[in-house]
Amino acid sequence: MEALTRIARAGIRVAELTAAEEKANSAAQMAGLAYGLAAIGPGVGIGIIFGKAIESMARQPESAGMVRTTMFLGVAFTEALALIGFVAFILLKFA
Amino acid sequence: MISTQLAQMASARVNSILVQATEGESTRGFHFPPINTLLRWKDITPGINKVVLISIAAALIGTALFLIAANRDHKTAPKGARNLAEIAVEFIEKNIIMETMGRSGLGWTPFLLTMFIFIYICNVPGIIPFIQMPATARMGIPAFMALLVWVVYNATGIKNQGPIGYFKNVLFPPGVPKALYILVTPIEFISTLVVRPFSLAVRLFANMLAGHLLLVIFALLSEALIQAETQRIFLIPIGVLPFGVLMFLTAFEILVAFLQAYIFTTLTAVYLGMATHPEH
Repeated sequence: MEALTRIARAGIRVAELTAAEEKANSAAQMAGLAYGLAAIGPGVGIGIIFGKAIESMARQPESAGMVRTTMFLGVAFTEALALIGFVAFILLKFA
Repeated sequence: MISTQLAQMASARVNSILVQATEGESTRGFHFPPINTLLRWKDITPGINKVVLISIAAALIGTALFLIAANRDHKTAPKGARNLAEIAVEFIEKNIIMETMGRSGLGWTPFLLTMFIFIYICNVPGIIPFIQMPATARMGIPAFMALLVWVVYNATGIKNQGPIGYFKNVLFPPGVPKALYILVTPIEFISTLVVRPFSLAVRLFANMLAGHLLLVIFALLSEALIQAETQRIFLIPIGVLPFGVLMFLTAFEILVAFLQAYIFTTLTAVYLGMATHPEH
């Protein structure tokens, strides 16, 4: 009888452990997925910004200074989304 | 008898699962330390740790540089500290203020210069050997700087346009059809008063943290490969690759440290310019 209760207890412990483990594992996996998804849009966006900026600098080299400032502003705004994704990654993975 | 054996087997299984759970995945020789050992430092005295020391040093170095520069003879050609200070002032005036606010914004030079120098000197320790911690990789400094910028640009707007005029310009931008204000006003409210300081803080913080973690990962990876215990003939040459990436990333971080200080200052200038001269 005592042995049976031990088995039952062990079973309960295994079940609890795997539930907690599963949660942590899936959170860690979701962290990678979350960052990957967050990087798609800003990646395309920054590519477009730089491409257009290079195009306009090549067409009008005298306006390069102004274009560069505006380009960095645009990059900063777009990049913020990817960085928020990175923060979400850190929170899911470690917090 | 059988049940006792069963119980022993079960407890052995539990123990093995526990051991697996505590040891983590089977990445032999490569142990990524818990995030707290990378970002939390032991307190030297209560409330003062490495990050605080770096930020205090940044403030002192910046102040000292400009005090020394100001005391130099200004009639002879500038050299040394004065040269550096003049380059910094000229950079702020020409590349940040003139490009975003125009001539009328030149009065903001001291504020923006202080902000730029402080953030830059806080960022640079991320790549200085044996210090290797950007003070801006903790949320405290970026959050406080963003809050300061938020207060300053709102106060500037209220001072220049009056409280009613400022909030009218922010919440009801002119030139929008009246029916659209239902949609535009909440968006403008959130983007101007909430998202701006939040993204300003998160941009600086996350960029520096990401750079710091990348350096940590590649340093640990090359260490684990070069000091591998088995199959050294294959692993040591492979370990040169992450070391090369580490060198490249360190050079890249020099650029990022400058770029983030530049972007933070430029955005502050843009917000200040918007608050001073509203769009018509």
